[in-house]
Amino acid sequence: MRKNILLWGCAVAFAAAVVGCATAPTDVEVSRRAAAVLKDSFKANGQAGLDRLDQDETQRLCTLYANKPLPKDVAEMIEKLNLASIKWPADGKWLGDWKNGERVAQEGRGKQFSDDPKGPVGGNCYACHQLTLQEVSYGTIGPSLLNFGRLRGNTDETRKYAYGKIWNADAYSACSNMPRFGHSQILSEQQIRDLVALLTDPESPVNK
Amino acid sequence: MTVMTRLAGVAAAIAIVGAAATAAFAQSSAVDEIARYRAALQDGNPAELWEARGEDIWKSPRGPKNVSFATCDLGQGPGVVKGAYAQLPKYFADADRVMDLETRLVYCMVTQQGYADADAKKNPFGGPGQKSDIEALVAYVTSQSRGARMNVALDHPKEKEAFALGAKMFVFRGGTHDFSCATCHAEDGKRIRLQDLPNLMTVAGAQKAYTTWPAYRVSQGELRTFQWRLYDCFRQQRFPELIFTSDASIALTMYLARNANGAAFDAPAIKR
Repeated sequence: MRKNILLWGCAVAFAAAVVGCATAPTDVEVSRRAAAVLKDSFKANGQAGLDRLDQDETQRLCTLYANKPLPKDVAEMIEKLNLASIKWPADGKWLGDWKNGERVAQEGRGKQFSDDPKGPVGGNCYACHQLTLQEVSYGTIGPSLLNFGRLRGNTDETRKYAYGKIWNADAYSACSNMPRFGHSQILSEQQIRDLVALLTDPESPVNK
Repeated sequence: MTVMTRLAGVAAAIAIVGAAATAAFAQSSAVDEIARYRAALQDGNPAELWEARGEDIWKSPRGPKNVSFATCDLGQGPGVVKGAYAQLPKYFADADRVMDLETRLVYCMVTQQGYADADAKKNPFGGPGQKSDIEALVAYVTSQSRGARMNVALDHPKEKEAFALGAKMFVFRGGTHDFSCATCHAEDGKRIRLQDLPNLMTVAGAQKAYTTWPAYRVSQGELRTFQWRLYDCFRQQRFPELIFTSDASIALTMYLARNANGAAFDAPAIKR
């Protein structure tokens, strides 16, 4: 802690002379210090404990590379790591009930310290994605998923991709903005199956 | 691919485009309605009530030592309120710390008015039947910077440190959902549901957002401060609770306030 402050002093003292400072804090040092200060700046509240600030390898790397291009080898490593974490359904059934999937997609509650820890917990998909024509209140951080099944084909391959992507988005796109819903135990296996149905079932409003 | 399946594909595509156009119309009218609602809000801002109460608190003797804020230095000299907020956060030698407005107000309440630290911080955000003096003071002090150009310095090493840490915290991913501030605030023209999101990594985005806080939130019936804005963003990020006036809260405020430099401050504002 003390060391970092001194390093900053060094960087400042030399900046005017355009000499630079050989020991100016590196990005890794700033990241470490930021993580430590964050840890001292939060308190546990309900279901949201301080352990939520402990980054796993994926979160740490995505933070480190947030403001610069993600090197190809790092991206591949992150995707491999996350792909290995996907728990595929034991019975090979990808499809649940699209009607329940729509409820999961609409539900924004879950995991906030202000939420009831007993539930409900949703995927809040509409916060970021367009899914159906009926719901006009949708966000645009993620791509539109309208006609997902119609455009990609009602096949096992499509269903498996949708299941894996919802379980762990970083397996397909390193440092995705999308939460890892299965990996991080936000949604249950059944909820994810229901979302796969919402996306791929020909009867779902996503494909109507 | 046969001619028939190709034709069927074209028909399906036309149906999709047609339906999408209907939805786009429904949505653009919803967005228009929201824009009209926001414009109507600008007619009168209840934040004035908080500003008036804050001015009263600022000028009245209070606390165990029964003194007013007349000796409180917000960076422009004891008791000077005019333009002070547009230059915060800044390094204060007496506290040897970078402070935002809320932190400085607490500092004055403790060192000059004699409050215990915990008492000064115990009610940072108002709620039903519970008024917050901090929110009122913030409303008053910020109102005295309306029209002033944001001018946050990065001179002292600790100011530079706070800015660098705030920039890193802005992209720090954590929690159950892997969210960072940048998840929602690093691209132009994005929305959550129908709520427009400022891109805080651009100068224009930071200027527009930072200069319109604090704000009276119609949906909550409360004047909300920048400390509250950060606290509630982190709640939605699924992080634990951001501690009021913590170092991280000040670092992030420093990062965003500095990025807003040059823009005319225009708050307390009114938001949905």
